[in-house]
Amino acid sequence: MNAQPPRPTPLEEFLEGIWRQNPVFVMILGMCPVMAVTVSAVNALAMGLATTFVLTGSALLVSLLRHWVPREVRIATYIVIIASFVTVVDYLIQALSLQLYTALGAFIQLIVVNCIILGRAEAHASKNPPLPAVLNALGMGLGFAIGLLALGSVREILGAGRLFGLALFGADFQPWGVMVQPPGGFFVLGGWLLLFNWLKKRQGRLQPAR
Amino acid sequence: MSTPPMPTTGLAMVRTLGLVAAVCGALVVAAYQGTLAAVEANRRQALERAVLQTVPGAVRMRAFVATQAGIVPAEGAPAAAGERFYAAYDARGRLLGIAAEAAAHGYAGEVRVLYAYDPAREAITGLTVVAHKETPGIGDKVMHDTAFQANFRALDARLNAQRTALANPIRVVRHGAKRAPWEIDAIAGATVTSRAVGKAVNASAQRLLPLLAAHLEALRQDAGKDGT
Amino acid sequence: MNTTRLELRTTPHIKAGRTVEQIMRAVLLTLVPVCAFAVWQYGLSALALIVTVSVACLASERLANRLRGEASTLGDWSAAITGVLLALSLPPGFPLWMGAVAGIVAIALGKALFGGLGHNVFNPALVGRAFVQAAFPAAITAWVPAYAPGRFAEFIPSTLTPPLMQPPEVSAWAQAAVDGFTGATPLARWKYDGVLTPATDFLAGSVAGSTGETGAVLILLGGLYLAARRYLDWRIPVAVLASAALAAWLFQLWAPERYPGPLFVLLSGGLMLGAVYMATDMVTSPVTPLGVWLYGALIGVLTVLIRYFGGLPEGVMYAILVGNALTPLIDQYTPPRAFGTGGGR
Repeated sequence: MNAQPPRPTPLEEFLEGIWRQNPVFVMILGMCPVMAVTVSAVNALAMGLATTFVLTGSALLVSLLRHWVPREVRIATYIVIIASFVTVVDYLIQALSLQLYTALGAFIQLIVVNCIILGRAEAHASKNPPLPAVLNALGMGLGFAIGLLALGSVREILGAGRLFGLALFGADFQPWGVMVQPPGGFFVLGGWLLLFNWLKKRQGRLQPAR
Repeated sequence: MSTPPMPTTGLAMVRTLGLVAAVCGALVVAAYQGTLAAVEANRRQALERAVLQTVPGAVRMRAFVATQAGIVPAEGAPAAAGERFYAAYDARGRLLGIAAEAAAHGYAGEVRVLYAYDPAREAITGLTVVAHKETPGIGDKVMHDTAFQANFRALDARLNAQRTALANPIRVVRHGAKRAPWEIDAIAGATVTSRAVGKAVNASAQRLLPLLAAHLEALRQDAGKDGT
Repeated sequence: MNTTRLELRTTPHIKAGRTVEQIMRAVLLTLVPVCAFAVWQYGLSALALIVTVSVACLASERLANRLRGEASTLGDWSAAITGVLLALSLPPGFPLWMGAVAGIVAIALGKALFGGLGHNVFNPALVGRAFVQAAFPAAITAWVPAYAPGRFAEFIPSTLTPPLMQPPEVSAWAQAAVDGFTGATPLARWKYDGVLTPATDFLAGSVAGSTGETGAVLILLGGLYLAARRYLDWRIPVAVLASAALAAWLFQLWAPERYPGPLFVLLSGGLMLGAVYMATDMVTSPVTPLGVWLYGALIGVLTVLIRYFGGLPEGVMYAILVGNALTPLIDQYTPPRAFGTGGGR
């Protein structure tokens, strides 16, 4: 058996998804909901939190079951677990607000095929004890939510002149129609990626030792 | 830590999957049961709000299904048995009008509307766009354009003598060309979306209103029953 | 010691080569009369729009230079041309702040992101226009009449809209300014109302349209000059206009009561401006002889198809953007036969 790299601390575990491996800005994963539901900050946040819920719940269950699940059927098992949590979150959102539910549309059910979730279950949760698994999933989920919120805020501000439904510029604001349409998602994502990479590059220059 | 991979027996796989499925099934059922009441209440509320907004003055509504055989309350009626509509009543239980959903394809997708029909005036008296995917700034004018909304304050929807169809099909005309009371004046620059709204209302009214005509009295009496 | 410097050069010995700057400067010069005519037609607003959009383009170009840490490329005049062309393709009363957005997007998204002049896939001016068309669909179809009486004393009301705000409705102002103005371009009037505008109106520039597209004669003259100086590939505008005319003629032959003739198609909308100044952008058009003809024909036919069957009345912009996108493919499939190869049996 070879020497294992030092176990990451709980804080590192949690922060991984928020900065170093951010699903939206670094891994560019789960782009369907990123593009489709980020027309407003509320939708983006709800989608992000729903994904966090599914991610964390399934990470816990997968981690708890990791010694009992045979290799051959692990993907099937993970998908059953993820699908159940998606169904739960689907009901929860319906109970919370029907308006939000219609706005998010099929994308709630489609969380099940979001590659972040199966990816994390396979790459992390199935190999780690419950606590680090949950912490990592929580960080990933929040990182995803932050990414969605970053897109959703910009698109809502420019596309509707509002943020979280609050009018920012008064009644005469000219909405940028394109921002609430699919191309706007690509423009804004491109802008954020530009900013994120620029920040990373600068950070790398400032501390070259890492 | 790492044991050499051992071939798993089929039984173990079935057992694991079965167990996981059972646990997850329980989870889903619990979530369904736990949220059912809230979800239903939300649904009812959203629909009721839309209907009451479309029929002016209404404070209460009830869902019905109109079929060739007659009108039955929507609760308990099999789904897709006929034309679904909502009767709206005022505080004293008088029938103010009915509302029904209609849909047609617009510029970028389905445009769904809820329209109000006043049996006493034989006219369409209100319209709310429930859902659409039209271009912001152009097609979405149908939601709030006051001139367009004015078309639906008294849109003629009389039936023909045989009571089988509308006497004059509702149609959408070019902006500024409305002449007859059954015509809808399109929004300039948003003709396609305007047409979709007109087409949806016409198709739904052609189906629903003839079914409704014979049973209006029953509907009025139902109000009393509902009020108790 | 006496050393003689020997200069060794291979043929051909051309004294003064054509430089990018030279060509761009000539293109810009031929645009001056078009701009002047636009200002004559629409007054202060047109002038302000042209200046604002150009400044936005130049400033974005300079900023891109600085971010990339390279020397200023303002001197090659290409950013100025983008600005002027973009302004000419917008409605005269277009709010200045939206014009600035269009200019910034044109240079930042259409050019700088690809790596600057020579690397862009799409004509930057059209990228800017496509963006504001999608972002502000209502403002970009708000037309005003030419030759309004007070055009040199006051702005069109929508021009000075405060940034981020909605422009005021101009139809009432336009009707008051010029009696009988319908607020629609000839293309829109034909498409939605079935009214054909006579050719004389086009030549006089008295129809509604984008700032620079109604000076068809001046655009054509500018194109002729540039073609004569070999500053643009004459085959592109010829292919675009001829194919559009041919397509229009065939449609008219098929259903004369439904489709207008070739003359209407050539004179209306931005076809002339697009064919002469936008489709001919050297960076985004093919280089092979056969490819150039294909590219031009594609744009002409697409324009007519979009106008006749599309949701919008005008299609030149999208036709050229599609042509730009297909340019690498066209180049790849139409290689010229190198001298002395192939053809053997």
